[in-house]
Amino acid sequence: MTENGTTTADGARDAAGEALRPHAEVAFAQELAALAAADDRPRPARWRLSPWAVATYLLGGTLADGTVITPKYVGPRRLVEVAVATLATDRALLLLGVPGTAKTWVSEHLAAAVSGDSTLLVQGTAGTPEEAIRYGWNYAQLLAHGPSRDALVPGPVMRAMAEGMTARVEELTRIPADVQDTLITLLSEKTLPIPELGQEVQAVRGFNVIATANDRDRGVNDLSSALRRRFNTVVLPLPATPEEEVDIVARRVEQIGHGLHLPPAPRGMDEIRRVVTVFRELRDGGTADGRTKLKSPSGTLSTAEAISVVTSGLALAAHFGDGVLRPADLAAGLLGAVVRDPAADRVVWQEYLETVVRERDGWQDFYRACREVSG
Amino acid sequence: MNGASGAGPVLLGVRHHGPGSARAVRAALERCAPSAVLIEGPPEADELVPLAAQEDMRPPVALLAHAVDDPGRAAFWPLAAFSPEWVALRWALEHGVPVRFIDLPAAHTLAMTAPESEPGTGPAPETRPGTGRGMEAAAGAAGEGEGGASGASGSGERTDPSGTAPSRTDAPRTDALRVDPLRALAEAAGHGDPERWWEDVIEHRGAGGDRPNGDGPNGDGAGGDGADALAPFAALAEAMAELRAVYGDGGHPHDALREAHMRLRLHAARREFGDRVAVVCGAWHVPALAGRRTVTADRQLLKGLPKVRTALTWVPWTHRRLARRSGYGAGIASPGWYGHLFEAPDRPVERWLTKAARLLRDEDYPVSSAHVIEAVRLAEGLAAVRDRPLPGLAELNDAVRAVMSAGSDVPLALIHDRLVVGDALGRVPEGAPAVPLQRDLDRIRRTLRLTPEAGERQVELDLRKETDTARSHLLHRLRLLDIPWGEPARSRAGTGTFRETWRLRWEPELAVRVAEAGIWGTTVLGAATTKAAADALAATALADVTALAERCLRAALPAALPVVMRALADRAALDADVGHLAHALPALVRAVRYGDVRGTDAAALRAVALGLADRIFVGLPPACTGLDADGAAELRRHLDATHGAVALLAQATEGQAEPVPHRPAGGAAAEPLRERWAAVLGTLAGRDTVPGLLRGRAARLLLDGGRLADGGAERLMAQALSPGNRPTDAAGWIEGFVGGPDGGLLLVHDERLLALVDGWLTGVPDAAFTDVLPLLRRTFAEYDAGARRTLGELVRRGPVGAPDHRGAGSADAAAPGFGPGLDRDRAAAVLPTLHLLLGIPQHGYEEGDPAPGPAPGPGPSGAGRGEGHGSPQDNGGGDGATAGPPAMAVPQTNRRTGAGR
Repeated sequence: MTENGTTTADGARDAAGEALRPHAEVAFAQELAALAAADDRPRPARWRLSPWAVATYLLGGTLADGTVITPKYVGPRRLVEVAVATLATDRALLLLGVPGTAKTWVSEHLAAAVSGDSTLLVQGTAGTPEEAIRYGWNYAQLLAHGPSRDALVPGPVMRAMAEGMTARVEELTRIPADVQDTLITLLSEKTLPIPELGQEVQAVRGFNVIATANDRDRGVNDLSSALRRRFNTVVLPLPATPEEEVDIVARRVEQIGHGLHLPPAPRGMDEIRRVVTVFRELRDGGTADGRTKLKSPSGTLSTAEAISVVTSGLALAAHFGDGVLRPADLAAGLLGAVVRDPAADRVVWQEYLETVVRERDGWQDFYRACREVSG
Repeated sequence: MNGASGAGPVLLGVRHHGPGSARAVRAALERCAPSAVLIEGPPEADELVPLAAQEDMRPPVALLAHAVDDPGRAAFWPLAAFSPEWVALRWALEHGVPVRFIDLPAAHTLAMTAPESEPGTGPAPETRPGTGRGMEAAAGAAGEGEGGASGASGSGERTDPSGTAPSRTDAPRTDALRVDPLRALAEAAGHGDPERWWEDVIEHRGAGGDRPNGDGPNGDGAGGDGADALAPFAALAEAMAELRAVYGDGGHPHDALREAHMRLRLHAARREFGDRVAVVCGAWHVPALAGRRTVTADRQLLKGLPKVRTALTWVPWTHRRLARRSGYGAGIASPGWYGHLFEAPDRPVERWLTKAARLLRDEDYPVSSAHVIEAVRLAEGLAAVRDRPLPGLAELNDAVRAVMSAGSDVPLALIHDRLVVGDALGRVPEGAPAVPLQRDLDRIRRTLRLTPEAGERQVELDLRKETDTARSHLLHRLRLLDIPWGEPARSRAGTGTFRETWRLRWEPELAVRVAEAGIWGTTVLGAATTKAAADALAATALADVTALAERCLRAALPAALPVVMRALADRAALDADVGHLAHALPALVRAVRYGDVRGTDAAALRAVALGLADRIFVGLPPACTGLDADGAAELRRHLDATHGAVALLAQATEGQAEPVPHRPAGGAAAEPLRERWAAVLGTLAGRDTVPGLLRGRAARLLLDGGRLADGGAERLMAQALSPGNRPTDAAGWIEGFVGGPDGGLLLVHDERLLALVDGWLTGVPDAAFTDVLPLLRRTFAEYDAGARRTLGELVRRGPVGAPDHRGAGSADAAAPGFGPGLDRDRAAAVLPTLHLLLGIPQHGYEEGDPAPGPAPGPGPSGAGRGEGHGSPQDNGGGDGATAGPPAMAVPQTNRRTGAGR
């Protein structure tokens, strides 16, 4: 199962008491230590573990001394191996995926296992300035003593370069394009010039960057091909099986519902399963039984969206309905999630209704509810 | 184990189609320089060996053995450039060393794999053996000669299970067992995946091991590089011997026979060529050949084996066919990759990624040398993480995905198709013996008494007759195979579905076409089935697949239908252009009806057609907005075509007990097809953004179908023609609504509609009139002269339906569209004909005039009428009470004309 970053945070919370959400290297310190002790394979410079041990840390396993390593990422083994091999060959790693595919989670654990520190983090937003990636100035110092290394406030990436650590950039595609470009020189030359001082910071062996991005969102700044070329890309897939996805959705919905003080709805599981089925079928472009192909709508239909559809359905049922989650509560939300492009997606959705939903056993209510809101 | 140590034959155990094995075999042959080379394969092929030396022979090719009397029963031994057997064959030919094939003769293999009842029982009708095979093929993926596939597995060419059809019961289940040795060895070595283990230990070893600058650590240090070319064979033979000690013959009785025969052939070869002969065979057989058995015991074993008359030839093969997913291939998932491993002189990883980069660049992906460098590094890093000696295909694919294609699988699919499997197509020299397809065709031709003639000849086939049906099937199948012996011609008389006309002409080059088509199968039926399935998968346009479905029905290829239907449903689902869908539907519906007529099971077809119709219903309204005149005209054609098709389909569907197989009974949502179509038309007719032409057409179709409530058409027309609308749009509406040859009558008979048109036309502003004129002219030009004249007269008479036309008393009230009063003389003129039509004696009416008041006329005809039905009084009373309807007006006229006479 693809662990959702937020869901697994709960486990970590229990483990480490004080902090609301301790860092991976703290929460799993024991496992990391056991791995380091058992690991006799060659390690790249400044790596805490060998690539093999990093892969084991993420995928789980049992060590020779009997220590059980819990799986952090339950998904294709191949992907983790590619990610680790990428970092080992000194290439920057780009984790792509739609919301809810554990990009951040994987990136944090990779950084924790490789460098023992997952805190060198640049959180990408539309307002991320260049200084957040390179360095800033302590203006009091600057005014008092003029430009000097003392007046320089290094950013996370700069620190990672100097210390040979793994830096993380979250939501790379949300960062404005001109700021993204800062990374290009940095990744290809492995130096960060400081023109104000006539100096530069050279990356030490062991420095690397893990970036995460959502490539299917609208309104993001696409990566330039120059930047993309500097990364090896790993696409994290959505949950592989319907059961996993239903499970994720159900758990998250329950948590959110709890937060919103929504009463638990009877029959909820059936409807959740239905929503997940619809999402998966439209996303995969085919029915679950593999008999009929379908067009896919332009939206991402991520697990996260399925969660929000069900949550809003629950709210409708609780406040305006009889408390039972019914197809009618979900129909409008589904329509909104699927039909992002009013022209093309509407046809996709109606075709789906007419060719698949209409003839499915036990889906008549759902069909009617959807027909009603689709008009 | 008797390896290179001098005495005894050199036993080279290989994995079929392993490039590493192939390299090793070549090295071993170079080193021992044997006096003869014995290869696992049918001994009948010995005489075909020289053909392999010819320039025109290019692997991949296959040895094809087939029973002379039953070409459908065949076995293939595919050989690629990287097959050890092929390498050994070529080495022997290059060095002038004799070659012998030593496996069990195909005559026995074919006889044993066939069901006992079948062997050549005279002139069997061509459908019988063929159909059986065709069904099997249907179960397989793309199964042409399933007979061939099972035959091949019987002869042990495949080393692992491939997903072919479960063939006949006695067809060997060896595949599952045959993989066992590898799996057992791999598991002994602690590997879960036998394929990967073999690749690591043997294939990559061969790739890196033969040359000094091998590309990496050689995992399994089985002896020094090239120091002893025979060491790996010795090691493998030893391992196999251990396995055979445990597993015996692997549970497969045929193996004992085959190995006995191999031993006998080996014995004979040693007598002929001395002890230094080399044997290239599956590693599994090595222990059996090395073991000692007496010649007599082996002969005893082989005594009394069944036998059929067999012919062998070389046929061209392709990499795709070697690939496992082709269904009857050799079970090699990645022939292109193997070929690359075999051909690459060094640095297979770098060369492979360079190839991949070139391919992607040709397809306009921005891939630079820097990408290749990084991909190589990643692949090697991955191999290290995965504890593999060298990057294999899995690592290379991962590297390409991560570095070159930014995580996307699309370029990877391209690489898989073009490189991993590859397009390689073999070639066979001219002199190769005829393919079985030709023989099969000859046989069928004789049965059906169709002689190939160079001159053109026309034949009429009556499909109600069995022979003619078979002929039609044959000709249709041949057309599918691109052997256009017959061309369908237009029937001279009668276009019934049971009659076909063909123009036959046998051109000499058709023989070449037959040879080319031989690649698809050994019988006409099997080949046509495979070809149809392959065509369906390759077709890009929806209409092509629909046409193919129709052809499959005509050619009676039920086995190909599921594949074609699937392709059809898939294309339809993904095709976003309603035009394509609408274009495909009529042909499909025709096919459904055709299937019904011929008694073919068209249920699957019907389900697909219904699905297609639903997609059109959904897609049509959005597609009808924002169109220019041309687009609207095109869609109008589609609208008409769909309308016709829906009517036919509804008819065909209603005939069935259960309309759609998997529709839940009593599903509340399932309205009948016609209702749904009417709803779509209603949407179209009422939507303002739809061009007038289409709105008008939809309204007309609704009207014709009786779906417009009273006055509905009038209301729609009034809306469309209201002054606010652009005149051209309104003219388009008129064209759509009353266009077509029969539109004139509509206007003639419904004065309200005519009045609306008339009123609108007089209101068109002068400036717009010239724009409108061509449209109207086009519309009205289609009517026949009579309708045009009537319309003209009606319009000249001035606005109809005005109050003053109504007043002429109830008896004279005009029918809509007619002038006031009755022109009795003209009405009387039609009476004689009317009498004839109704079969009423003419005088009867004249005498028995039901005028107001009881006036039963005397005379014979009155009596005649009394005998008929009803009493004249009834009629008369009715007439007196109600007035006006034309039917009632007739008798009145009658009276006068009668008097006039």
